[in-house]
Amino acid sequence: MAGKIKSLLILGAVVLTTAALAWAGSDTRPKASGVPMPVIQKAVKGEQCVEDTDYMRRNHMVVLDQHRDKVVIEGIRTKKHSLKECIECHASETTGSVAAAKDDFCVSCHSYAAVKIDCFDCHSTKPQGSIAMHSLNAETAHYKHKLAAQATSKVSVEEMAGVAQ
Amino acid sequence: MSELKPMSDQVPASPERRRFVGAAAATAAGLTIAPGVMLYQVAHGRPEEQAASSAVRWGMLVDATKCATGCNDCVTACSTENGWTPVAESKHPKQAPQWIRKLELQDPLTQMETNLPMMCQHCAEPPCVDVCPTGASFKRADGIVLVDRHTCIGCRYCMMACPYKARSLVHEHLNDTQKPDVPRGIGCVEACTFCVQKVDRGDGNTACAEACTAAGHNALLFGDMNDPESEISKRLRELPTKQVRVDLNLNLGVRYHGI
Repeated sequence: MAGKIKSLLILGAVVLTTAALAWAGSDTRPKASGVPMPVIQKAVKGEQCVEDTDYMRRNHMVVLDQHRDKVVIEGIRTKKHSLKECIECHASETTGSVAAAKDDFCVSCHSYAAVKIDCFDCHSTKPQGSIAMHSLNAETAHYKHKLAAQATSKVSVEEMAGVAQ
Repeated sequence: MSELKPMSDQVPASPERRRFVGAAAATAAGLTIAPGVMLYQVAHGRPEEQAASSAVRWGMLVDATKCATGCNDCVTACSTENGWTPVAESKHPKQAPQWIRKLELQDPLTQMETNLPMMCQHCAEPPCVDVCPTGASFKRADGIVLVDRHTCIGCRYCMMACPYKARSLVHEHLNDTQKPDVPRGIGCVEACTFCVQKVDRGDGNTACAEACTAAGHNALLFGDMNDPESEISKRLRELPTKQVRVDLNLNLGVRYHGI
């Protein structure tokens, strides 16, 4: 009886393995072709990154993580490992950003590696000075001022109660 | 009767302080780098690799007697510097962030009107820091109360704890409209930072105070309250000033005159 069960199990295993191999073999394309390879654009400015390229490819997130705490908590704003400086060099010439198009520096590798970038929920993807078209620039500031002035309303007694008492 | 001691004996200044003040006075002078181009180093410019120090306490003096009715320059300057959309232009005004807001108050008995800007008071004992469950809300060594957006989970306890309604939550995606110097984003609480990016750059002033001075009102004065020689310390010694909700004993960084 035990021998019969054993042989049945072996038969089952053989059948399953064959099926799996046959299914795998049916896909004749090379595995990598399904995912577009990252386009690594050369930095627009600068010759050499602040660290070795190989080191940065593996460890840029560690470098940025350590730097951010120093900046925010202690106020040590050194330029070397600053995200702003990364963007300064690596922003694409066409989009002016590191994460606007799918070939831009950060996005290209991150979509290949399927790692979501949270940085740009808060950080600008563009270098300083490239936001001339920002809605709050100097040319329109006087107009915004007028708009904002109209909105100023007297504070009610109840509202003030929350602040003053 | 004991003879009066000179002021300098009563307040002993440490040799370090004296040296620092001397050096600051020397570097505050302009340095000509080219004809017509002057390089100014402000007294409080510290090297970029040096951490913010508790020897400094940044503070602001608001002179409500000089704050003009209908003027909103401080609010505009803040939104321009820090990249937040003013309430008037927001699609959702009730949710719009307000780092600084102008208040016009009226005494119901005498009809006397008072104008003042209200923003984060940069408490020495900030309730927002006490309640923050992740430690994102913190006070920097130089007295500036900030939110570390890397650890903020957007729970808004700090907004409830703040007696001054100084904090706002960013409700919607900002779609890359942030300033490179001022990261801010969805799901994080934010407030006045005393223009920390300008302070660290060595500007020694905030956007709102600069705008107020530019408009000729001079109602806002920013400076180091720990430095007895700073303009703000001198004015605080002379003027009667108040802290809003002084009963809470929070030791505020923003002091009001004329309220």
